[in-house]
Amino acid sequence: MLYIPGNNPAMLQQGGVYGADSLLLDLEDAVAINQKDAARILVRNILKEIDFYEAEICVRVNHIDTPFGMEDLEEIVPLQPDAIRFPKTETPEELERLIEIIEKIEDKHNLPHDQMTLHVMIETALGVQNVFDIAKLSKRVDAITIGGQDLTADMNISGTKDGSGIDLARKMIVMAAKANKIDAIDTVFVDVNDDEGLRKETEYSKSIGFTGKAVINPRQIDIIHEVYQPTEEEIRKAYKIIRAFKKNKEAGIGVFSVDGKMVDAPVMARAAYVLELADIDYDSV
Amino acid sequence: MKNTIGREIPEKIDGIGKVDLFIGAWEKLKKGWMDEITIPPPNKAKMPHQCKSCMDLEKAIALTNPKNGMTVSFHHHLRNGDNILVKTIDILAKMGIKDITLASSSLNQSHDPLLKYLKDGTITKIWTSGLRGVLGKAVSNGLLEYPVVIHSHGGRVRAIHTGKIQVDLVIIAASAADEEGNATGSHGKSAFGSLGYAMIDAQYAKQVIVVTDNMVDFPCIPISISQNFVDYVVKVDSIGDASRIATGTTRITKSPLDLRIAKLAADVIEHSGFFTPGFSFQVGAGGASLAVAKFIREKMTRQGLKGSFLLGGVTSYIVDMLEEGLFRTVFDVQSFDAAVSSSILNNKNHIEIPASLYANPFNCGCLTNKLDVVVLGALEIDTDFNVNVITGSDGTIRGASGGHSDTASGANLTVVVCPSFRGRVAIVKKKIHTIVTPGETIDVLVTERGICVNPARPELEEKLIKAGLNIKKIEDLQKEVESIVGVEKEIEFTDKIVGVVEYRDGTIIDVIRQVKN
Repeated sequence: MLYIPGNNPAMLQQGGVYGADSLLLDLEDAVAINQKDAARILVRNILKEIDFYEAEICVRVNHIDTPFGMEDLEEIVPLQPDAIRFPKTETPEELERLIEIIEKIEDKHNLPHDQMTLHVMIETALGVQNVFDIAKLSKRVDAITIGGQDLTADMNISGTKDGSGIDLARKMIVMAAKANKIDAIDTVFVDVNDDEGLRKETEYSKSIGFTGKAVINPRQIDIIHEVYQPTEEEIRKAYKIIRAFKKNKEAGIGVFSVDGKMVDAPVMARAAYVLELADIDYDSV
Repeated sequence: MKNTIGREIPEKIDGIGKVDLFIGAWEKLKKGWMDEITIPPPNKAKMPHQCKSCMDLEKAIALTNPKNGMTVSFHHHLRNGDNILVKTIDILAKMGIKDITLASSSLNQSHDPLLKYLKDGTITKIWTSGLRGVLGKAVSNGLLEYPVVIHSHGGRVRAIHTGKIQVDLVIIAASAADEEGNATGSHGKSAFGSLGYAMIDAQYAKQVIVVTDNMVDFPCIPISISQNFVDYVVKVDSIGDASRIATGTTRITKSPLDLRIAKLAADVIEHSGFFTPGFSFQVGAGGASLAVAKFIREKMTRQGLKGSFLLGGVTSYIVDMLEEGLFRTVFDVQSFDAAVSSSILNNKNHIEIPASLYANPFNCGCLTNKLDVVVLGALEIDTDFNVNVITGSDGTIRGASGGHSDTASGANLTVVVCPSFRGRVAIVKKKIHTIVTPGETIDVLVTERGICVNPARPELEEKLIKAGLNIKKIEDLQKEVESIVGVEKEIEFTDKIVGVVEYRDGTIIDVIRQVKN
């Protein structure tokens, strides 16, 4: 997910060309207070005019308790981007309030309530504590993200390259997302010149269950894709498992082995997921 | 009258004469010999042990008997650090010489001080591969009576062979030379690398002066310019600004957009059918172009693939690929950064070549003809794949033909890399201001918004689609760009022709008209 400041027309108009799976058009932290109106108008117009190709579009609005949040929602919700990102979510109650506001705007414009989804951003210790209840509140919430910079500040700790200070938060967020069958997106890696550091952190994110990672520079996209895409060996193995599963299913066998290792339902599910990531149709196997 | 790519060109142009119209990229070359006569190089003689050394450049120039209407030539290997060209014209102007034809292999911003000589009639005609800065602007605004002739690097050699450019005096700046005039650019405090563009001038000019700030004991090795062509040798304090001559190591761009384009271009090359063991490759030194080399280098390393030769303008990045064993040889007609000079000096597989071997169309096979893949930039490209690398969006001259059309003509796969628009200016357009390289020699355009394959190459398109690349019609891309940046206001031109663009075979592919103020 590529972050693009909402007040940067050059970056906004080129957002779709870098191959990011999703774009976050930011009206919040990336935009200075005196640029908020300009950014809102620019993002509104860009959403109407620019083709972002296959990228999913998410707009990060300002919090509803700031002077800008309501205006952001009034302008952006009628355009129904793929998702709205709600920053600094701390309690289920405030999320409920947000959804109520969004749905009122949607009603006003005769828009359905089930098209645009919500990404909640956890950026405070209180948010981390409440993350499970936040994640399960509404079916409209389809992703949770962690805001590493703000969380570090809220915890009054210094950020480190290994992210040890926010490790627990990362894992709690992933757990809440998994429990609710929604995506978990990891925070940005801020050193845009440290490719190896980015790769290492992304590998860790993947290993603990994040389904994606945010980036602040398009140069970081390829590394994240490389880490998240299954290896040739993983694909080959998954292919073998699915084929064996289909064959055994016809014979009425539930548990079988491939290359000497037992395959049961969880292994099967993992193999199916690998094929999905590799863009291979399950039925074609 | 119109040439075969529809450009309106007068039958006769002042200062040029009757125009030989462009008839297609390879039409003139097909029969295997050329009707143009070859001008013989001058016959000269020196007495045994005759001294060639001169106290200063002024005295050396005086010995060549300069006269009004003479043609003076230079190379541009000193890049933006050159101070020999301007110094020479200063001297000639002081001698009262008028009506000079300036025939530098290219001109850049270090030559801006020439403006006053264009204004006072010291210089009245220019032949060059490129023109930029205040000179480009002044010429575009109609300062000169006769049009500038823009040629390619290969075309310049052809023009000298056939007598279109008849050089009376060449000044060859070298970073090392001996008393007989053997000279090189590969060592010395002002080292700049290859002297490839100066070799033809040395051979054909009526008078040859070698200028160096590093006189070495005889013999100066390697011999890039050999003594048998050299009339006089001058030692000066400095041939130019060393910091601008020996620019640092060329770095790969960090621009995400250029990197994106470069990555797509590398994917195109990988799946084109030409990315095979023994392939040959050329890239420019510019942002996206050089970045393609980075991705190709990674692919070659990953796949264990080895190429045969790298060609052209050479950067330290290209030298690294040679040293890693990814390619067997580098043929170097022009070096782009400081690190290249020592490679020419020390690596036997890094070979300095003359422009004639590099790209002259009128011989039995220049190296561009042997290229598999070349990656080129563009200022503009139209929906017929014709490319402009000479005039900017405001219609003024601000670029260089260079080896663009030479390499495009020769390579099996010519890939143009450029953004589809810059700022609010479209690069992919219905009609471009000036055509330098004909679309029939361009195979693929790679932009950040997609890849377009020349419809004349359906087999290539099929391969790239099969590889899962995002191929779109160039007409669709042009419309997409127009929907983002809008339709630009047409620039108004007068009827006066300020520039003539020669195709590499000497035919006229386009003309540049004066911008209306």
